[in-house]
Amino acid sequence: MREAAAAALLVVGAITMLLAALGVTRMPDLLTRMQTTAKASTLGVGCAALAAAVYFGELSVTVRAIAVIGFVFLTTPVAAHAIARAGYFAGICLDPRTAPDELGAGVIGRDAPGAREPDEPPASDGGAPPP
Amino acid sequence: MSGLLGLGAPVTSIVLGLLTASLFLALRRLVLGPSLPDRVVALDLMSMLSVGILATYAIAAGQPALLDVALAIALVSFLATVGFARYTERAARSPGGRPHA
Repeated sequence: MREAAAAALLVVGAITMLLAALGVTRMPDLLTRMQTTAKASTLGVGCAALAAAVYFGELSVTVRAIAVIGFVFLTTPVAAHAIARAGYFAGICLDPRTAPDELGAGVIGRDAPGAREPDEPPASDGGAPPP
Repeated sequence: MSGLLGLGAPVTSIVLGLLTASLFLALRRLVLGPSLPDRVVALDLMSMLSVGILATYAIAAGQPALLDVALAIALVSFLATVGFARYTERAARSPGGRPHA
């Protein structure tokens, strides 16, 4: 019974990670690739570690698995946010279907990434974003 | 190990095969990726895949100590990703321009 549950968790985690790898191969730009890998690999690692905890059924293994899961769940969104922000300011090519680009429209000039610090107010004083 | 998930049993072999295929897909993005952040994302995914492979192999080999290795890899990959992100963002904001886009 425990082995069957561990096997099901392993298969679900492996399929999720395969979907993450397919996403990083097939998605059109950096932001979509990043969100695919962040969510899917988090779930895949969580399932794999949970499978190990279920399979061994000892306290020390369960504590380690919970440590892995908690750490991955805490750090993956932070890392994904950091790399997405860095890539945006580095001026990566966004997919043309990226509809609301509020960071580029209101904070920095999208045509000149890095030309202005995002903490500085925009140049237009009326609050209207520059075209 | 014996039973459903023992070494050589179908489930762990299939799972390890799927994860290895995922590693090759991520390697393709790592080689082809047009910009540095794309490659960083691919590297992060590869480290997460190795964590999954280690957890699976811990079950297959009956070695729970491999979970410690998985935890260490998760730690190091987070530090590497954040370091790359800081470096890229600082380089993009410096007057030199946009070196890696």
